[in-house]
Amino acid sequence: MALDSKIPKGPLADKWTNHKNHINLVNPANKRLIDVIVVGTGLAGGSAAATLAELGYNVKAFCFQDSPRRAHSIAAQGGINAAKNYQGDGDSTYRLFYDTVKGGDYRSRESNVHRLAEVSTNIIDQCVAQGVPFARDYGGLLDNRSFGGVLVSRTFYAKGQTGQQLLLGAYSAMNRQIGRGKIKMHTRHEMLDVVIVDGKARGIIARNLVTGEIERHSAHAVVLGTGGYGNAFYLSTYAMGSNVTAAWKAHKRGAYFANPCYTQIHPTCIPVSGDHQSKLTLMSESLRNDGRIWVPKHKKDVEAIRDGSLKPTQLAEEDRDYYLERRYPAFGNLVPRDVASRAAKERCDAGYGVNKTGEAVYLDFASAFMRYGKEQAHVKGLNEDDDALVRKLGQEIVKNKYGNLFQMYEKIVDQNPYETPMMIYPAVHYTMGGIWVDYNLMTTVPGLYAIGEANFSDHGANRLGASALMQGLADGYFVLPYTIGDYLAHDIRTGPISTDSKEFDEAEKSATEIIDKLVNNNGTHSVDYFHKKLGKIMWNKCGMARNEKDLKEAITEITELRAEFWKDVKIPGEANEYNEELAKAGRVADFLELGELFAKDALVREESAGGHFRDEYQTPEGEAMRRKEFQFVSAWEFKGEPKDAVLHKEDLVYENIEVKERSYK
Amino acid sequence: MNLTLKIWRQKSAKDKGKIIDYAIGDVSPDMSFLEMLDVLNQDLIEKGEEPVAFDHDCREGICGSCSMFVNGQAHGPDSMVTVCQLHMRSFNDGDTIYIEPWRATAFPVIKDLIVDRSAFDRIQQAGGFISVNTSGNTQDANSIPIEKENADNAFDAATCIGCGACVASCKNSSAMLFVSAKVSQFALLPQGQVEATDRVMNMVKQMDDEGFGNCTNTGACEVECPKGISLENIARMNREYLSASFKG
Repeated sequence: MALDSKIPKGPLADKWTNHKNHINLVNPANKRLIDVIVVGTGLAGGSAAATLAELGYNVKAFCFQDSPRRAHSIAAQGGINAAKNYQGDGDSTYRLFYDTVKGGDYRSRESNVHRLAEVSTNIIDQCVAQGVPFARDYGGLLDNRSFGGVLVSRTFYAKGQTGQQLLLGAYSAMNRQIGRGKIKMHTRHEMLDVVIVDGKARGIIARNLVTGEIERHSAHAVVLGTGGYGNAFYLSTYAMGSNVTAAWKAHKRGAYFANPCYTQIHPTCIPVSGDHQSKLTLMSESLRNDGRIWVPKHKKDVEAIRDGSLKPTQLAEEDRDYYLERRYPAFGNLVPRDVASRAAKERCDAGYGVNKTGEAVYLDFASAFMRYGKEQAHVKGLNEDDDALVRKLGQEIVKNKYGNLFQMYEKIVDQNPYETPMMIYPAVHYTMGGIWVDYNLMTTVPGLYAIGEANFSDHGANRLGASALMQGLADGYFVLPYTIGDYLAHDIRTGPISTDSKEFDEAEKSATEIIDKLVNNNGTHSVDYFHKKLGKIMWNKCGMARNEKDLKEAITEITELRAEFWKDVKIPGEANEYNEELAKAGRVADFLELGELFAKDALVREESAGGHFRDEYQTPEGEAMRRKEFQFVSAWEFKGEPKDAVLHKEDLVYENIEVKERSYK
Repeated sequence: MNLTLKIWRQKSAKDKGKIIDYAIGDVSPDMSFLEMLDVLNQDLIEKGEEPVAFDHDCREGICGSCSMFVNGQAHGPDSMVTVCQLHMRSFNDGDTIYIEPWRATAFPVIKDLIVDRSAFDRIQQAGGFISVNTSGNTQDANSIPIEKENADNAFDAATCIGCGACVASCKNSSAMLFVSAKVSQFALLPQGQVEATDRVMNMVKQMDDEGFGNCTNTGACEVECPKGISLENIARMNREYLSASFKG
């Protein structure tokens, strides 16, 4: 099947408006006759479910958590971008579009990104109308902060809990529709398969996680807002339950999987403390606005710091290497995430890491305390030369901006970041890759849609900070509800979809067989044993820097590990009860397949772009080397085994932006 | 360090539960409390026993999934943290730790430490929203300035994670802190004024229907709340409720 991205014709800035003006609509009376399944209740799924229900469709929503409010969007800290230009600093729709395409290292689809930039302003208006308490200035107007990879302040935020506030906004919109009976909410349910009838997605198979019951649910269209697959790395900033199962099962049923190797490794996370570690915690990138990243200049100081004989605060300015400011003077500490992560790895690999494992760098707020403190002292008419007073005043300001993050850090690390610099290290945080979708967000399976992090289209090879929340809500509130109507307009006479068909029988049987196999396996090792092993392979061989040899080894090792898993995994308990190990096993089984495709994709992509860095393709200065011949989306078609996946290419055409070397110097 | 764990085990809502003792060694102070339970569970699985079931997801104190009583305190001895953020450095070698689920009529046990908190969702569905459609035609976000103090207080109320520690800590199993946080968030914002009367009446009615107890101003909820939601919210909700009652 040839890929058709269905990008509308016409000038870039008019595409979305023209498209909306010409696609099919479903009249309100007919919407009542149409069912839509939405899987996942994060920013994308939650906002889509609410909006589709407002429009009049009958929505069936699913989440594996005990409440839709707990989807992992809730943990996003820093903010959400929008081209409002409230700061009057030169922002515009075009600039947001430009920054996003450039930030994505020219591997995203122009038309989708422009649409995203266009609707970004609606999102802020919508959220404020819903009662989302964004940060405000003393004049009562909305405040903005700046994020990595850009030169304007366009990020709206709610302290370090922006994701929480936006998700609770979407959750409240869902609640209104659940109360009206327009959304039927299924919590503690996990999607195990998508059901295809006559070539169209017509339902899902789900497992009730409390009773273990396998259920059939039908609809005229299925929307996946199921997030990313970073937990393939075991350790990541994802929630424990975040998984690829829904997306992977869709892939196995015919949805192409795009750019699986594009993973974002976030530069500012709390370093690993030991083997018991179950997850990693992010410190919002917004901290890079005020924190300066450094390691010691000299190895002897590194050793003294590691053995505890020297405190970082005692090290003189001239003995510190603010390596981002040194290498990238224009953007300094605000370079994009991939650049900041690789630079940290480079310093740590060279032996300058500041903790016992040698995998940590400092994020220091000392200068910000003084800078803010001086301003406060001036405003309040206090002595600007009193360093102690100035520091205290400055700390108050920083506390107001990032208080919860500082508290979080102290609770985890047991060090006070007001007194000593934070230690940070990169961690897996987001996956730009995902299910391939066309301009309408439809996958290669008719009637199956993918939104938010689950799809691939907007962030290219690297996502800019504060753009995930924007994309999730854009897809769910403002894009999908329009584009899905174009498809559903053909279904107004279809009537309810029966779950009593051979396709549902087959899908249920296949899901049940997997569960039976897992629960009766009687192996010797727990699910986590295999998941940790997979994580090590992924991190060491498919992580921040990749090469041909490692990737080939990874493919072999993952294949072997998968065979071992199916032979030797041990699941306690029964299938027909609450059984977390069983749920985990199903997820890890899918990660073990995805991991292989991930490595295969990274192997094929013989260039460095954004989050994908190949050792073989770098400039003499160690920067990523993009290659013109790889200016395409890799969309993989499933053919029985991950190794047999067939590559389809969607060429990326840039008509409105000049493809340049991405420089942040 | 070595610890003795006394954990509530209950196969399902229908079965009777009881406390079972477990010994665990090699606990590192840098482990989180849930990572300590992970280690226990790995041991149990290796031995062919069923692991302890507990709710957890983000493990960074924001999703509100984790929910357990540790030595008689919701989320354990540390303040302003959820149990996933509690670290073992809060305990000493040789300690005995009691681990139990939330106890409240409105939160029935599903299994072991997992309870059903869907009552919270139903309260939110009764009125915890502003009725605005996602048409894309709402007015510009800056068209209504909001006094910073009100915006900040609304934000503070809105940081509730819906974990249920307030209910579990209350001798009456009251949900007043949870409900008042949402009522306050909207009461403090101009966008929330239009439906203020119905909202507070409907949410309070649903709260009562779910079987939560009444508030007697003890304040345990505020003390145990991992997000520091203030009792002032309850006072604000009472004012809202009173004025709504007069409006009828």
